[in-house]
Amino acid sequence: MKAAWAALLFAAAAHAQSQPDPARLDHGLRPRQIAEHTWVIEGAVADFSRANGCNIINTAFIATGEGVVVVNTGPSRGYGEQQRRAIEGLTREPVRHVFNLNLHPDYFFGNQAWADRPTQALAGSIAGMKAEGAAYADNLYRLCGDWMTGTEPTPAREAIEPRTLSLGAHTLELRRLSGHTGDDLVLIDRRTGVLFAGGLVFAERVPTTPHADPAAWLASLDTLAQWLAAGEVRQIVPSHGPVHSGPVGVQQTRDWLRWLTTLMQASAEQGQDLSELLRTPVPARFAGWAAQPAELHRSLAQWYPRYEQRALDSRAP
Amino acid sequence: MLRRRTLLWGGLLGAPPLWAADDPTGGDPLGSMQWPTLRRQYLRDAPMVFSEAVTVRGPAFADDAMNVPLLVDARGLAGTGGGVAHMLVVVDRNPVREVLAFEPLRALPMLAFRIRMEQASPVRAMVQTADGRWHVGGTWVQAAGGGCTVPGATRADGSWSRTLNQVQARFFPNVIEGSRRLRVRVMHPMDTGLVAGIPAFYIEQLQLVDSAGQAWWRLALHEPVSENPLLTFELPPQRAGGFRLTGRDNNGNRIDAEVPA
Repeated sequence: MKAAWAALLFAAAAHAQSQPDPARLDHGLRPRQIAEHTWVIEGAVADFSRANGCNIINTAFIATGEGVVVVNTGPSRGYGEQQRRAIEGLTREPVRHVFNLNLHPDYFFGNQAWADRPTQALAGSIAGMKAEGAAYADNLYRLCGDWMTGTEPTPAREAIEPRTLSLGAHTLELRRLSGHTGDDLVLIDRRTGVLFAGGLVFAERVPTTPHADPAAWLASLDTLAQWLAAGEVRQIVPSHGPVHSGPVGVQQTRDWLRWLTTLMQASAEQGQDLSELLRTPVPARFAGWAAQPAELHRSLAQWYPRYEQRALDSRAP
Repeated sequence: MLRRRTLLWGGLLGAPPLWAADDPTGGDPLGSMQWPTLRRQYLRDAPMVFSEAVTVRGPAFADDAMNVPLLVDARGLAGTGGGVAHMLVVVDRNPVREVLAFEPLRALPMLAFRIRMEQASPVRAMVQTADGRWHVGGTWVQAAGGGCTVPGATRADGSWSRTLNQVQARFFPNVIEGSRRLRVRVMHPMDTGLVAGIPAFYIEQLQLVDSAGQAWWRLALHEPVSENPLLTFELPPQRAGGFRLTGRDNNGNRIDAEVPA
């Protein structure tokens, strides 16, 4: 069962390889149609690096018949410009909406290329983009080098509320969840059953946690699982990891969050130091995931000190 | 390069190779050109060896440059040169290189703590055995850096003065078999003096003393130790009644707290 899922995931991933060319700063973006009127542009299932042009996110677009909806704009100005050219090469419909699903840089750093279009996000995400954009830029310029040329953090301009958006042949449900960040926008396309899950679902890749609240995240994953069980969702586009159908990504993300929080709780009560916890081997089922162990170490460095403090606060009698 | 490194290690076992004077790292297995000045400053002409019996465990990459977790372990020297007398932790490329000095006394010669790092650097433990010989181990920690030159959280929000020198402590049995772990947190901003307008303000001395006034370990701290230091020690398993944690910072503020058994 698990092997079958993995095979399915990797089959999808095989289509995903864009071919970045560092000499020309060309991401080699290749939109892949996954459903009627619907394409994804798949990033590397990896951590940020110069070799992959820091293109580690899946962006997407839907050509509804009465205009295009774009989901996420990538890690840099160059990515956004190349994304726009790739979309305009496939459809002549005008772009009506550009959604940034959360506040993380790879969701909105391509917004400069969409300056003449409505760039939209939840209000909390926009506040976060404004507050943290400069720090993100510092970090990505350091990690990605020339791939960032000309990039200035450009938060989405319009705050949106959860609603139903009818455009052409498609009805999109815009819903607000939370946990991966404080405001996680997700889109369900009623016509195709495609869920654009943003950062709430990771597949074959260690989840990132800089703005995460594990309890809220687990509750949101339960909600997504209900949508899957009810047949509302037939295909999931995670921001990181292969496009897939069924609950595998939801289950992987939930499994990881539960394992990690349980590990931290138990280790803090035993008196383990962070330096020791960084050496904990991960269970085999997680060992092959992308961004391992760097992303695990980031999560531990971010979260474990709070567990250590709680263990000191509740000194055993 | 490979051959040169092999020769270099070989040289440690016997007489120094003839070309040692030409090696700008002074034979440092971590390949750092700061090593010769560190050695001169802290060890002078005392005999020293690079030793795998001294381990320094840090993260491969310092995700939080203001809280880089380190674990120094010299238990491997238990049967060498009369045992561990003293250990120094230094960071080659920090603006303040000396992190702390530890006398384990009745504790095991191991210690976990967190530091600030200004840039990627070797991190070393220089351990002196009772016979006067130094044994040096270390590791590289990569970092985006900047950890020494920004104010800590309690300095930034001004809350440090409400908790200054408060102590939390808890024993954890058998994290290491046959030992009793003590984790101690002392609330202190540990200002490095490298942030504009904020003078150096840090804990200088800590010791654990029993009811008879005997010290069980002594620690001298310096600016790079992280804000609100969290320190982890290994003590003998037998209970010896309660302890007190005593010490002072560089402004003369006293630390004195009960550590219940």
